[in-house]
Amino acid sequence: MSAVIDSGHAHDEQAHGPYGGIMRWVTTTNHKDIGTLYLWFSFTMFLVGGVLALAIRAELFRPGLQFWHPEFFNQLTTMHGLIMVFGAIMPAFVGFANWQVPMMIGAPDMAFARLNNWSFWMLPVAATLLVGSFFVPGGATAAGWTIYAPLSTQMGPGMDLAIFALHIMGASSIMGSINIITTILNMRAPGMTLIRMPLFVWTWLITAYLLIAVMPVLAGAITMLLTDRHFGTSFFNAAGGGDPVMFQHIFWFFGHPEVYIMILPGFGIISQVIPAFSRKPLFGYSSMVYATASIAVLSFIVWAHHMFTVGMPTAGILFFMYATVLIAVPTGVKVFNWLTTMWRGSMSFETPMLFAVGFIFVFTMGGFTGLILAIMPIDIQLQDTYYVVAHFHYVLVAGSLFSLFAGFYFWVPKWTGRMYDEKLGKWHFWLSMIFFNVTFFPMHFLGLAGMPRRIPDYALQFAGFNEIASIGAFGFGLSQILFLWIALKVTVLGQGERAGQRPWDGADTLEWTHLPSPAPYHSFHEQPVLG
Amino acid sequence: MTNRVVNATGAALLALSGAAEAAYQWNLPTPVTRVAGEIYNLHLIMMGIILVIFVGVFGVMFYSIYAHRKSVGHQAENFHENITVEIIWAIIPFLILIAVAWPATKSILNLKDTASPDITIKATGYQWKWGYDYLKGEGEGISFLSNLSTPQDQITGNAPKGEHYLLEVDNPMVVPVGKKVRVLLTSNDVIHAWMVPAFGVKQDAIPGFVRDSWFRADKVGIYRGQCAELCGKDHGFMPIVVEVLPAEKYTAWVGEQRKKIAAAADDPNRKWNLADLKARGEKVYAANCVACHQANGQGVKGTFPALDGSRLANGPRGRHIEIVLNGKRGTAMAAFGKQLSDTDIAAVITFTRNNWGNRTGEVIQPSEIRSARK
Amino acid sequence: MSDRAQHYYVPRPSHWMIFGSVGLFCMATGAASWLNGWEPGRYIVLAGLAILAFMMARWFGDVIRESEGGKYGRWEDVSFRWGMSWFIFSEVMFFAAFFGALYYARLLAVPDLGSIDNKLLWPDFAAQWPTAGPVFKDPFTPMAAWGIPALNTLLLLSSGVTVTLAHWALKEGKRAQLALFMLFTVVLGVTFLCFQAYEYGHAYSDLNLKLSTGVYGSTFFMLTGFHGFHVTLGTIMLTVILARCLAGHFRPENHFAFEAVAWYWHFVDVVWLGLFVFVYWL
Ligand code: HEA
Ligand code: HEA
Ligand code: HEC
Ligand code: CUA
Ligand SMILES: [Cu+2]
Repeated sequence: MSAVIDSGHAHDEQAHGPYGGIMRWVTTTNHKDIGTLYLWFSFTMFLVGGVLALAIRAELFRPGLQFWHPEFFNQLTTMHGLIMVFGAIMPAFVGFANWQVPMMIGAPDMAFARLNNWSFWMLPVAATLLVGSFFVPGGATAAGWTIYAPLSTQMGPGMDLAIFALHIMGASSIMGSINIITTILNMRAPGMTLIRMPLFVWTWLITAYLLIAVMPVLAGAITMLLTDRHFGTSFFNAAGGGDPVMFQHIFWFFGHPEVYIMILPGFGIISQVIPAFSRKPLFGYSSMVYATASIAVLSFIVWAHHMFTVGMPTAGILFFMYATVLIAVPTGVKVFNWLTTMWRGSMSFETPMLFAVGFIFVFTMGGFTGLILAIMPIDIQLQDTYYVVAHFHYVLVAGSLFSLFAGFYFWVPKWTGRMYDEKLGKWHFWLSMIFFNVTFFPMHFLGLAGMPRRIPDYALQFAGFNEIASIGAFGFGLSQILFLWIALKVTVLGQGERAGQRPWDGADTLEWTHLPSPAPYHSFHEQPVLG
Repeated sequence: MTNRVVNATGAALLALSGAAEAAYQWNLPTPVTRVAGEIYNLHLIMMGIILVIFVGVFGVMFYSIYAHRKSVGHQAENFHENITVEIIWAIIPFLILIAVAWPATKSILNLKDTASPDITIKATGYQWKWGYDYLKGEGEGISFLSNLSTPQDQITGNAPKGEHYLLEVDNPMVVPVGKKVRVLLTSNDVIHAWMVPAFGVKQDAIPGFVRDSWFRADKVGIYRGQCAELCGKDHGFMPIVVEVLPAEKYTAWVGEQRKKIAAAADDPNRKWNLADLKARGEKVYAANCVACHQANGQGVKGTFPALDGSRLANGPRGRHIEIVLNGKRGTAMAAFGKQLSDTDIAAVITFTRNNWGNRTGEVIQPSEIRSARK
Repeated sequence: MSDRAQHYYVPRPSHWMIFGSVGLFCMATGAASWLNGWEPGRYIVLAGLAILAFMMARWFGDVIRESEGGKYGRWEDVSFRWGMSWFIFSEVMFFAAFFGALYYARLLAVPDLGSIDNKLLWPDFAAQWPTAGPVFKDPFTPMAAWGIPALNTLLLLSSGVTVTLAHWALKEGKRAQLALFMLFTVVLGVTFLCFQAYEYGHAYSDLNLKLSTGVYGSTFFMLTGFHGFHVTLGTIMLTVILARCLAGHFRPENHFAFEAVAWYWHFVDVVWLGLFVFVYWL
């Protein structure tokens, strides 16, 4: 009798399966389910943000006002930025962390499984608030994703919805990060010391620290904004002794680490993919870790390079310029280590590797333009022009997004037990790569020529390059429909060859060496012991 | 008749082809100040360095991709650590960076040096126009607003776009050639930025604070720029035009301006009648208010309230005067008391209260505004 | 991590979190409409709060049951410790934003407003602290440090001591002492809050010091207000712990919930010291 109760008990608490139907997803505490939710959510937001981007590019195809009122155009730009940053890129990386971190360190699940569920389920709430704000009187906020005061104090109710959405997404990120940190620090398999952790895990550990350090600061900034808007405070109002520039300082104290939050896990993915397809261990493992940590530390002291034109004292300008260019050193170390990993390897170029190599190539171009922006006198010409838009799409689209694609193609056999369609994957890569450059390369020239960003209409001398960029954008967008199809085929439709436990012969982390494909719903209930 | 059509089409085509020619500009504009020149060179130096590194790094990468493929049977080696090379390739970029930081620093010290100007001009950002006040030096006392002069029809596509589409204003800032001009920047509402690429100048205008920048134009000509900080609806429509004149012409321009000011001065005690004041108010409205409240007085639903039929515009005049003078904190409605004269404010209020469906029949005299200011 | 062969406790699917999301949604939409002039919004906010409280109660109820049911061993305990520590760290960063704002306003913005260049805009503004800025001319009196605030410092510091005494008592298994010291702590917390409320009333009615009193009022009320909010949360948490002590929960060797709340309380304490020095005193 007691034996029966015991096994019932074990079933109840440990070997339990999920609920059926929709409730499986609503109530789940399983890191793989939650990872899946994150990934689908973020991809949906990417499509929404992308449609907004196409609306922007359509208006900018020709000079003159074609489709939108200027006010609505500003809403498009703002919401495109907010949705891409907070809805698409960040949750996508958290999705990867959910799927991969426990498997890569040999843990049964995340440390706080229920908290993990809530971290995810806050996001649809925030997304609803954001997207819904288009439909309130006055429309969505139109103050740019940087929501600078005092323009943002002029906005209507849409701004309040955005503020609350940011609060909620921030809370979600903080909870997610605490979970990831705890999982990594406390749930590693015996023998998995910190300096043996796969780089993806390392980069996420560091990213999670960035998140818990800066998301609360953003929360503080937008809270002050909210009280300035509605409760008569004067944080950002000179009449009351405050200062609009103070908002920028607080925002960018968050905002600059934020951009590394969006790239470091990408570096991690690339650091898994490159060695796997070069069939050679990662070159300079420990210097990779140090480089990532240095980038993170430096990211806290460079924020005012976004503010070179606000009229800072000379000493401040010099400090922030020097600190900013320093970041090129650890980032360079990463790039060189990747190349050396490839050097004298035995490379093959399946889709993950294509995206990884493409990443290195195009991200470095974005890094170089970042460096040019960091040289303050040059930034005087380029700040708030399309050069900046070009820079950050090179690091965000060709950086973060391409690394996400690389990670998806790399791990989807482990997740689903099936291979994606390799031929379509290659098409996806080449189309993305080409159209990406067609879209964003001309923007450098627009910026140099002095075209400001966030404008719905422009002078005639900017017409040529804008036309090219718009054509490229639609091509790039269509290429992502192809990705949707590839992803649907291998996940939902379950088509594709069966994948073996270790389809990539160069991949050697725990999920490949210890788990079958697809990985079981509960993996590593018994932790592996590493020698 | 047909002739005119042909001419017009011809002109339009010409303008278009001209536009098409000018449509690809690959680099920074030709500098006309020392600072802009320094920036131009810095950018060239940086591009040089970056291209060299780029070719080096990706030369290696593509060679490796070519030579070390599995498909050509290359066997993987197993090395994965070499402290010496790792240190070397951390130090080399570091040295390169120090090398470029030096000229950059010199140029920063130069461009921040706003001391001992010949002329000081205050530029104020308004949603969505610039105001210029000549504070010191030749031309002291001149002050005017500078509005976009591109007709609405060109923007909406009902007329062919002119050569300087969106980069033209009614009253450009005028300065003499070869003189150091210090520009003090501030704003009346939100943050704007004053940018003239040919001068190498971009400086944010922060409401409630004064920031400065400077330039010394070496060449006579007309230089154009735009507001470079998102400032709301018409951020894309507040250009900056600076006309650089030879010294004598500048002096002549100053004289002309002085005369204009004298002629335009209103007798503050004049009693206006409804028709005159309304006619004047219509102009003031067109220059200052249409952007938000629209020509038909209907505003933009949800963002800018309608003035036609507005309770405030038909109710007691005190509150009406008050909101136009002082604006409303936390909204886009600016305090026009600082920008417009008593007569203009009286005129625009009279106009609003007697136009569209509003029929109060009231005439607001400038003296009322004067007393409301206190 | 004495015994690595043990299984980590992974809870089964749970219904509570989705309530939390619904609650947040109500709070956000309610607040947004309320702030923009739609009065009934406040009831939606209240409903959202109620849903959130329900979620917390049920969720933490589960956790307490699991804890008392012996589901958590050393391994899970370490997780809770990391989790709580980094949560408190994130709270520190939240306050850092407001302290940063105070620092920036006092040392950079206000002197800048009074500088030579700005005479153009504010000819008769003299930079000094405290200030309500160049436009708000309403005279006000800043809050003095050595009255209630000093008393409040004393209260919070002694509450820190009483929590620690309670902790010692718990570790030594002296349940009566434990309950008594916990009770003291809660009472001290509540007293602090009462004084704070009185101080706010005094500021509004006698000192003409309001949230809208320029940057001084903004920083003063936001910093002390958020701190007070955290004290309130802390007091509620202490009360729950007190109730659990009375219900016989916690063992001398295993009582993480108690420690977590104690850490939180100490954090609130330290923030107050920062406030006392930088907001009231200097
Ligand atoms: C993933 C996101 C990401 C990343 C990784 C970066 C990376 C960098 N960024 Fe970028 N940046 C953004 C996202 C990002 N940025 C965004 C979103 C904005 C705009 C925000 C807004 O206003 O809306 C922005 C804006 C921005 C500005 C402000 C521009 C302006 O508004 O005026 C500046 C200025 O300094 C800057 C600099 C840099 C630098 C120096 C790096 C460096 O980290 C790059 C380092 C990398 C390399 C240099 C390449 C590899 C190195 C080598 C091969 C070694 C050898 C090289 C040399 C010695 C040259 N960025
Ligand atoms: C974080 C990531 C991210 C990503 C992935 C993107 C992706 C894209 N962005 Fe980006 N963008 C930002 C972040 C990002 N952006 C930020 C932060 C800003 C600044 C905002 C601000 O100024 O405040 C900005 C601003 C910005 C601007 C400047 C707007 C302005 O200043 O007014 C432009 C203009 O071209 C632009 C274009 C694009 C395009 C074409 C894509 C494309 O890559 C998108 C491709 C995806 C799709 C198109 C979706 C998939 C397709 C469909 C759903 C089907 C429909 C398609 C067809 C019918 C063809 N973006
Ligand atoms: C930058 C945009 C903008 C400009 C330019 C502008 N206004 Fe306004 N105005 C607003 C906004 C926004 C409001 C609503 C304020 C509020 O929320 O009460 C407003 C409100 C008003 C009101 C009160 C309407 C009511 O019914 O409550 C009047 C009257 C008014 N404006 C007159 C003017 C006049 C006269 C001018 C030109 C001299 C002008 N405005 C220029 C944005 C503008
Ligand atoms: Cu003014 Cu943009
Ligand atoms: Cu940055």
